[in-house]
Amino acid sequence: MSSPLLRVRDLRVEFGAHTVVRGVSFELFAGETVGLVGESGSGKSTLARAILRLLKAVGGSVELLGLDLLKCPAATLREQRRGLQMVFQDPLASLNPRMTVGEAIAEPLKIFEPGLNANSRLGQVSAMLERVGLSAGMAGRYPHEFSGGQCQRIGIARAMILSPKLLICDEIVSSLDVSIQGQILNLLLDLQRETGMALLFISHNLAVVRHLSHRVLVMYLGKLVEMAPCEALFASPIHPYTRALLAAVPHIARDAEGAVARPLRAAPTLPAALAEPTQPAALAAPILPAAPAEASMTPRLMAAGCAFRDRCPYALPVCETSEPPLLEVAPGHWAACHRSHETLIPLSCAS
Amino acid sequence: MAGSARETLRVVGLADEAARRLRSNPAAVAAVAVLCVIVVLTWLGPWISPNDSQTLDWLHIAARPGMQSSHWFGTDRLGRDLFVRTLAGTRVSIAIGLAASVISLLVGVSYGAIAGYSGGRTDHLMMRLIEILSGLPLIFFVIFLTVIFGRSEYLLFFAIGAVGWLTMARIVRGQTLSIRQREFIEAAIASGASTGRIIFRHVVPNVVGPVIVYATLTVPQIILFESFLSFLGLGIQEPGASLGTLIAEGAGEMEVAPWILLVPGGFLAVLLLSLNIFGDGLRDALDVKDD
Amino acid sequence: MAPILSVEHLRISFSHRAGTIEAVDGVSLAVAPAECVGIVGESGAGKTQVFMAVMGLLAGTAQASGSVRFEGHELLAADAQALNRVRGSKLTMIFQDPMTSLTPHLQIGTQLAEVMVAHLGMRWKDAWGCAARMLERVHVPDPKRRLRQYPHELSGGMRQRVMIAMSLLCNPSFVIADEPTTALDVTIQAQIIELLRAVRGEFGVGLVLISHDLAVVAGLADRILVMYAGSVVENALAEELFRHPRHPYTAELLKCIPSISGARLARLPTLVGQPPRAGEVLEACRFAPRCPRAADRCRIERPQLAGSSSSQVACHFPLNT
Repeated sequence: MSSPLLRVRDLRVEFGAHTVVRGVSFELFAGETVGLVGESGSGKSTLARAILRLLKAVGGSVELLGLDLLKCPAATLREQRRGLQMVFQDPLASLNPRMTVGEAIAEPLKIFEPGLNANSRLGQVSAMLERVGLSAGMAGRYPHEFSGGQCQRIGIARAMILSPKLLICDEIVSSLDVSIQGQILNLLLDLQRETGMALLFISHNLAVVRHLSHRVLVMYLGKLVEMAPCEALFASPIHPYTRALLAAVPHIARDAEGAVARPLRAAPTLPAALAEPTQPAALAAPILPAAPAEASMTPRLMAAGCAFRDRCPYALPVCETSEPPLLEVAPGHWAACHRSHETLIPLSCAS
Repeated sequence: MAGSARETLRVVGLADEAARRLRSNPAAVAAVAVLCVIVVLTWLGPWISPNDSQTLDWLHIAARPGMQSSHWFGTDRLGRDLFVRTLAGTRVSIAIGLAASVISLLVGVSYGAIAGYSGGRTDHLMMRLIEILSGLPLIFFVIFLTVIFGRSEYLLFFAIGAVGWLTMARIVRGQTLSIRQREFIEAAIASGASTGRIIFRHVVPNVVGPVIVYATLTVPQIILFESFLSFLGLGIQEPGASLGTLIAEGAGEMEVAPWILLVPGGFLAVLLLSLNIFGDGLRDALDVKDD
Repeated sequence: MAPILSVEHLRISFSHRAGTIEAVDGVSLAVAPAECVGIVGESGAGKTQVFMAVMGLLAGTAQASGSVRFEGHELLAADAQALNRVRGSKLTMIFQDPMTSLTPHLQIGTQLAEVMVAHLGMRWKDAWGCAARMLERVHVPDPKRRLRQYPHELSGGMRQRVMIAMSLLCNPSFVIADEPTTALDVTIQAQIIELLRAVRGEFGVGLVLISHDLAVVAGLADRILVMYAGSVVENALAEELFRHPRHPYTAELLKCIPSISGARLARLPTLVGQPPRAGEVLEACRFAPRCPRAADRCRIERPQLAGSSSSQVACHFPLNT
């Protein structure tokens, strides 16, 4: 096993009294795509920003090829940034409205390759614009003259111009139309294939994550609750939150060729076979109760116990008192649930 | 999501849009016209009139304004032509107003941007300094300095300079605080930009709107302040003239030769009014509120 | 049965100094009582604007022509008084972002009770009681406490339930839900969709569900209208639409939706180009630049909506005929 490109250990981020990221640890290897899913309040975007040291973490470490980004001096950090880039959620807001698109893409070059003369810089910018599917002549225009999809391409161009080793994508297609999401994602896949970079792909859209990732991490209220190879996660999710999440996605059934067979009603129920044998059927309902919190970080949750227990259909008394650790339940498949050994049943997504 | 009906038309540049809005504001257009007239007069006026500002015309001491003599606006106690003197005074006032505004702009913007962006202790200290300076009773401060250093025009500049940048710094700091949260700043940090680069390449260009407006409104404030200082005898001294000194002179002659007060006073009032209306119009023009 | 809402040849344009933008270009639709119609489209489709026109909420710069009839009464040219008789009581709307559609400085209870006091002439005390009962019906726990809370104290899903409650207070015959789940988490989205389904059953209201997400609409709608660049391109019963989409845009859209089941694709299906921005000079058929089946005729002649009552399509070369 080669050493990881990125190793996050026990990362903690607090906003005042709230702990938004609570001791997250994982590894990321060169060339792989790791999907990070979670809903609002899960802390996934905060995690990304903490990794890049755009936010201050109160504990833990982030090692990029062995160097702890959180503890190194500011100058070293800036040097490292050329290998670690990010594309943001709101395509227009992530571009300086007073800078032309060409200037925005050229900026990393100006920062890290000051020796480059204006002509070669222009050449690289033009090449990059073409590479992301725009035309070189657009370099003189301003961000507000472009559509959301085009702005996102510009954001990708800017992040890619120095060929980073790791690219973090924070919900990059969430604000785009479905019919063009594929364009941006396919572009990303192409770029990855060409450069061999690693990708940390953050999204709340499980279906998109499924098509892109080698491995998937699931976060809930600041904790990593499940980590598995992509196929394994979607075929046999272990943690109750992951299962509920998968079941809640309104989806349309496909037959073998990929065409739409018939729409599934958006009120999915877990097939009876998956219901816990010791639990009455009613508790197997995956639609999480509204009552106890749609994820609010009350101080109580920071006390002992599993963060998910209030909404979990499978909660036991032990879940109130003891926080389940993230354990390897199957090869490469980690879950943080006291009952993980019990619920290893494959989930089939047929009707 | 991008694509709402209104987004398409933002292709029209922001500056063009602002210019157009300004043009459609009749008060602002009138103000600009008046300002142009004043500026043209101050530079060309001395050539039109047969008089100059220094010659003492013993034949026409405190003469009434009128077309019969060459002194269209009358003369003052010493027989100096009021028209030319007033224009000279206006020129001085405008020059001081502009120069001091530019200085306060440069200092204020840098200070405010640095304070707003740095945040934390640095911001805290920097703002405390501003508050202390704001709290100084300025006139006493100027008098105190005059007592120590004697009267001089440099003192005037210094006093004005000490004041002009304070509010600009506050405004820029406020704008910086809100811009700092925006995603493109995060993106710049993530790209490896240094703090200096972020402040001057990313923050400052985006605070331009309110800064321009405030700068335009600072000019009349400074002119008024200078006039006030000169009126008190702390600024421009004889034989130099500014609107303030002219008004001071005129105040003394108010009962017998009111025009000595009214002419420079009128010019000052019109100048300030035009600048303020223009500043307001500029603010409305630049204040593009998107849906 | 006469439709409860019928829109005919609705055109909406926005006047701007730089010209006029056509946001909606001749849309006609009809909703039967107690029917649920899904309106699907991407940005620039004009789907929200159509229903803004129905509710009389168009921006001041908008010009609308055509006809909008609700329960037989013409709404488009009606004055504010006539509109206020139906808006908020018989014809209600749930907006996309519950945070901005609730007044931040008023208690939830006040905002709910206000609707009944204004439309039904109730006393405040009674209205407050009714509000509490309605909150129970939309499964908001501890309603009496919630009534005294402010919007920012509630989560997104909770706020959306409050909005749904508000839309039901005066026993409407028709509810328009504009992207009600877009701003919510997936797990909460499932709850809200369930709630809308229950509400439809319990109250028997006609429902229009606007969304950019076909999958969300799939769960609820009897009939689906697909809009593109300001006009309706397909209007079919839900089952028909998914099984045999006739307009190329619908077919491509269905293909573009990534699924969490079935084969993993190496490349995600997508449409070339982007949705036309309102105001752009467009091809005769607005979808032609992106259509894999476009022919010369499509670039000259605008296709009209045609077909049977169960399935209509605006295309020169429809699929699955």
